[in-house]
Amino acid sequence: MSTIINIENLSKTYHRDAEELQVLKSINMQVENGEFLALMGPSGSGKSTLLNMIAGLDTPTSGKVTICGSELSQMNESQLAGWRSQHVGFIFQFYNLMPVLTAYENVELPLHLINLSKEERDKKIRLALNLVGLPDRMDHYPNQLSGGQQQRVAIARAIVTDPSIIVADEPTGDLDRKSAEEILNLMVRFNKELGKTIIMVTHDPHAAGRAHIKKHLDKGTLNGA
Amino acid sequence: MKLPLNYSAKSLFVRKTTTIVTIFGISLVSFVYAAVLMLSGGIKETLVQTGSPDNAIIIQRSSITETTSSLTRDHANILKSYPGIARNAEGRLIATPEVMVIVNLKKKDSDDMVNAPLRGTETNVFDLRQNVKLIEGRMFTPGTSEIVVGAAARRNYEQCKIGDKLFFGKREWNVVGVFDAGRTGFDSEVWGDTEQFMQAFRRPLYSSMTVKLTDQEAFENYQALADNDKRLRVDVKQEQQFYADQSENIAGFIRILGTVVTTIFSIGAIIGAMITMYAAVANRTREIGTLQALGFSRKSILLGFLIESSLLAMIGGLIGLLVASGLSQFSISTVNFDSFSEMEFRFSLTTETITNVLLFALFMGFSGGFLPAVRAARLKVVDALRSV
Ligand SMILES: Nc1ncnc2c1ncn2[C@@H]1O[C@H](COP(=O)(O)OP(=O)(O)OP(=O)(O)O)[C@@H](O)[C@H]1O
Ligand SMILES: [Mg+2]
Repeated sequence: MSTIINIENLSKTYHRDAEELQVLKSINMQVENGEFLALMGPSGSGKSTLLNMIAGLDTPTSGKVTICGSELSQMNESQLAGWRSQHVGFIFQFYNLMPVLTAYENVELPLHLINLSKEERDKKIRLALNLVGLPDRMDHYPNQLSGGQQQRVAIARAIVTDPSIIVADEPTGDLDRKSAEEILNLMVRFNKELGKTIIMVTHDPHAAGRAHIKKHLDKGTLNGA
Repeated sequence: MKLPLNYSAKSLFVRKTTTIVTIFGISLVSFVYAAVLMLSGGIKETLVQTGSPDNAIIIQRSSITETTSSLTRDHANILKSYPGIARNAEGRLIATPEVMVIVNLKKKDSDDMVNAPLRGTETNVFDLRQNVKLIEGRMFTPGTSEIVVGAAARRNYEQCKIGDKLFFGKREWNVVGVFDAGRTGFDSEVWGDTEQFMQAFRRPLYSSMTVKLTDQEAFENYQALADNDKRLRVDVKQEQQFYADQSENIAGFIRILGTVVTTIFSIGAIIGAMITMYAAVANRTREIGTLQALGFSRKSILLGFLIESSLLAMIGGLIGLLVASGLSQFSISTVNFDSFSEMEFRFSLTTETITNVLLFALFMGFSGGFLPAVRAARLKVVDALRSV
């Protein structure tokens, strides 16, 4: 297997007024293509910050982040935006669907960033919604769906562009046991069957148990497990 | 790299109340602006239509209106002697010296008086003004106290039906006919025999002379002759140009006044749109962060919010126009500031007005939406995603 994520000496410091807050301290991490990795750690340890670096949402203060062969630390903002639309699928704790758009239109959203005909788009959207088990909910708005169903729409949106990496920040954090289980099953399936590399931040040891690898962040430093 | 249009359009109606109030404000301003443009357009249309393309009007040099101009009988004879004047079926020259007087008449259904224009003319005036037709009764008989009135005059002044009597010039006058002059200034006039009016008002002079010329070339020739004639001090103008010049003053005045008023109103509408859009951005911070995470550029987010506020404004503009278009059924009678006489105008809706109003609405939406859109585009993705 090849390395898809390579992080070298990554540090991130936030400045709040005169105060300096070093959130990540010299992180080194490699992830192989097709891995399912769970990132754990106490609140405020920097999990989301690290995930944002991997997803190309934020840039490190120092160090190198190389994902899918591109060095993110060298890219400017609009290059990063373009890169994200091609390589990363996002799953958020609170689903982050557009409330004014139907399930179908929400899944369609990232496809507007890729040159596709209407028919090709339609095929991909239907496939993605089928994969998450919601083919009959396409015309429903988020507020007509349960939390678990909304998160499944969000997963469909994350995989519809066929990205190589999926990042998920506490994807089950807002769900009951049963819905959480469904979401985790989907993620395991997409990792196994579609070969997606998944990085998942979670507080839930049970959820982390579904991943292949667990890593712990504590006060900005990484301990493998 | 564009945000889908339906996202912008649907988002507009999430916060229904503010959106509807804003649309209402913009439609109100658009309505006022449209009404002003329609009024000034209608005035122009009325005055320009008053003139016929082949006619030339001759007035005393440097007079602006007929009422302030005088021509002697000698002048009139000289002006009839030039070549190029068209002839009617009986072979008579189509050249009519006229006298214009303004009298006070009572406005219909009101105690107000209006400055009604009286025109002393000849019975063959219909050869000269082919757009004027007698629609009721008959033409006045020369040498009598008979008069005919325009359709708008009958609508707007008291005592203007056939058989009614009007009192002016220390005499009583009998209304014997009604003529339709379409949407022209003549429609608000009262016509009678020139000689009778001259006697009644003790005015031995004509006001103007209008001639029908054979063609355009004849006009230039005629104008040159009159200009170079040492016996006369007159201006020869194409009738349409004469009335167009008049309309420029009053229509221009209304346009300027209206523009000032709408500009002031529009500031309110722009602030309304701005508040609505700022609220939209504040409420949708996490949505904006999500869009950025998905890969939408700052430019497309800026554009998305600008489209949203432009849509808002367009809806307002269209509603304003729709309501204003109802005005074109109404006509109003008001004073033509140049001649200080009464004239009936219509609100006229032209494509130019429609374009101007929609562009103005778009401008309001754009101005109101610009700063909020910039704020949305400037949000930092990680911070926006953290917001609840
Ligand atoms: N933009 C920022 N400016 C200043 N400080 C920040 C910023 N973003 C994060 N931090 C700080 O960095 C630290 C790590 O934040 P982060 O969100 O990565 O933690 P986390 O491990 O995801 O915590 P949680 O489990 O609560 O989500 C926190 O102390 C947080 O307050
Ligand atoms: Mg976090």
